[in-house]
Amino acid sequence: MDVLIYLIPAALFLGLLGLGAFFWALKSGQFDDLDGAAERILMDDEDKPGTWFGIHPPCH
Amino acid sequence: MNQVTAATPVPAAESTSASPETLHLMVENVHCAGCIKRIENTLANMPGVAASRVNLSTKRLRVDWLPGQTTPDAIAETVTDLGFPARAFDPAALEDGGEAEDRRLLKAMAVAGFAAANVMLLSVSVWSGHFSGMGGATRDLFHWVSALIALPAVVYAGMPFFASAARALANRALNMDVPISLAVILAAGMSLQQTMKGAEHAYFDASVTLLFFLLIGRYLDRRARTKARSAATRLLGLRAATAMVIGADGKQRAVATTSLVPGMVLAVAAGERLAADGEIATGRTDMDTSLVTGESLPQAAAPGDAVYAGTLNLTAPVEVRITAAGEDTLLAEIVRLMEAAEQGRAKYVKLADRAAHIYAPAVHILAAGTLAGWWLATGDWERSLLTAVAVLIITCPCALGLAVPAVQVVASGRLLQRGVLLKAADGLERLAQVDHVVFDKTGTLTLGEPALVNADDIPPHSLRLAAALAAHSRHPLARALVKAAPQDDNARIDLADIAETPGCGLSAHHGGRLLRLGSAAWCHADITASDTGAATGPEFWLADGDDTPVRFVFADRLRDDARDTIARLRAMGLGIELLSGDREDVVRTVAGEFGIKDWRAQCPPAAKVQRLKDLAAGGRHVVMVGDGLNDAPALAAGHASLSPATAADISQTAADMVFQGRSLAPVAEAVAVARAATRHVKQNFALALLYNVIAVPIAVAGFATPLVAAVAMSSSSILVTLNALRLKLVK
Repeated sequence: MDVLIYLIPAALFLGLLGLGAFFWALKSGQFDDLDGAAERILMDDEDKPGTWFGIHPPCH
Repeated sequence: MNQVTAATPVPAAESTSASPETLHLMVENVHCAGCIKRIENTLANMPGVAASRVNLSTKRLRVDWLPGQTTPDAIAETVTDLGFPARAFDPAALEDGGEAEDRRLLKAMAVAGFAAANVMLLSVSVWSGHFSGMGGATRDLFHWVSALIALPAVVYAGMPFFASAARALANRALNMDVPISLAVILAAGMSLQQTMKGAEHAYFDASVTLLFFLLIGRYLDRRARTKARSAATRLLGLRAATAMVIGADGKQRAVATTSLVPGMVLAVAAGERLAADGEIATGRTDMDTSLVTGESLPQAAAPGDAVYAGTLNLTAPVEVRITAAGEDTLLAEIVRLMEAAEQGRAKYVKLADRAAHIYAPAVHILAAGTLAGWWLATGDWERSLLTAVAVLIITCPCALGLAVPAVQVVASGRLLQRGVLLKAADGLERLAQVDHVVFDKTGTLTLGEPALVNADDIPPHSLRLAAALAAHSRHPLARALVKAAPQDDNARIDLADIAETPGCGLSAHHGGRLLRLGSAAWCHADITASDTGAATGPEFWLADGDDTPVRFVFADRLRDDARDTIARLRAMGLGIELLSGDREDVVRTVAGEFGIKDWRAQCPPAAKVQRLKDLAAGGRHVVMVGDGLNDAPALAAGHASLSPATAADISQTAADMVFQGRSLAPVAEAVAVARAATRHVKQNFALALLYNVIAVPIAVAGFATPLVAAVAMSSSSILVTLNALRLKLVK
């Protein structure tokens, strides 16, 4: 049972780390535009800007 | 373009250096990754722009720009030219506290989730230790660690409930948050007391998981709700901030819209929205009056014609003498109508709220009864209080809190697959009750884009000539003409001196002959001589030299499956009605096409709202389907409302749902899903009730250990969620 002395604080620390990461993400605006985030993943960053003007995907 | 100013002024000392300023723009028509990419890439290549970011959820664009290298006007114009009309706004003025509240809930949810996971971990250890002989000291240690995690979490994550409960109590009312707060606080307090005296059971896990589940429900609910911001506020954002006034000396100066008065003369450039009502003093142009009349075709405007604030000057600069400004304009009238209509709808009480009104007092009476009963029977106040807390926890409206949002999320996902975006949180519930559909005509039953209907009667050569000339205009009829012309044209038509006269038409020279395309007067057409029947749609004439002018008749096309959809709606037991701002003969034709007996033409916005009110007074629940800006008040006034994705931005904001594509089928689909969703919500309430019938006697009898409470609570929530998911299977 002695191992609990380490395990409980370790579990709590990891949990708090996750919570802290979430708060940081929230504060840095990563939850501001959930719809946009869902669309942005479709963007291909290697594409040159020009190619996007030619084939603008249908919006509707 | 309207005068655009930076929303956040930067101190003078900084503006001379290269530190960027921030510009906030509201952009329309942004739908997808492609739109985002287009705007951001174009701005990235624009000199003087440091950074830009599109927010798709709020349809806003933030640009960091360098003073001296570019101007806010240039940025707004660049974005507008891409096909995304942009206008500046003051973020502080539009902030309704919604986003801050969203974040607050999200944080509370994270904290509750963290606490629930960790406390549950410890609780499971205690429960299993119960059977495998865990020492009292270890159990106490676990309880203390639980307390250490749970108590701060309860204080932090419970705040939204505590605050709401306190508000309700201050108003001498009971809402669902009162039993929640009471249960959570009592459970946490009793657990602490039990822990201090080293008792076997503590309720920390129950109190935090309860909060976690409820916060999930509340966040889902809130997310659905914030999408529908007040439509009136957004319409006000459409009004130009400044206007160019021509002074007595003939010079132009920018004047704030608020200080315009009747009698002033405005200089309105092409592409600019009017800031006040007035009449044209000098100049001829075409006005986009869809805001006021719902008519999608541009209207020719000549000196003496009345024009209205919010309408768009399309083709040529004009001078306008103001007749009404500020609160007296027609646009302000529409805003007032909409505000009044929105308030009327706010009185609607949601199913969940109605349930809460019965449920909350019942729970309190039950818990108080348990406390009194146990105390009378045993005289042990601690035991009595613990049992009462167990009753509060077990009856806690956890399943009830999830019942509506869970169904809503599944239903809105299903509707989204069919091309319907659900905006108002309670829109589904209201839509399920409707028994009458009121359609707007232009852009709703029809596509709102004209098409050439008499192509077969026109000599091919005339059609080719007309199309070649029309290709030089952006007028909707001209575009329809180009679309109707045969594409295999190999004989190129040479046109010289092409000119467009606003409000009249186009002219050019071809092979030494004067070509004219446009209104009957412009082409000197003798209407009585060539008239081959009642003109129901808009028309163009082509004059080729001295030959008899040729007539081109256009008509708005009906939506692909409008007939089937109306039949399906009728089969569902709904009455159908047509209300249009359009001319009587046009509306009669369309109504006849669908066999709609109830129709009214030439309805201004106020008349539409009045008709909806009359129907409501007659006990009908009306769903309004419309697209024009003039429909916005009616959309807000209907019991429920839908608008196509091609609708004016503000109409989409006012509507409960927005449907996409060229078909009308989503309207019937939305009603069907709404009815199914409401059925499932009611089933969920029944499930929650059934669960209470089983669990409450156990709690009252004192058999509810923390384990039983936690299992019962979670299983009821999971049951409700599963039932909501069943909605996906409904045909």
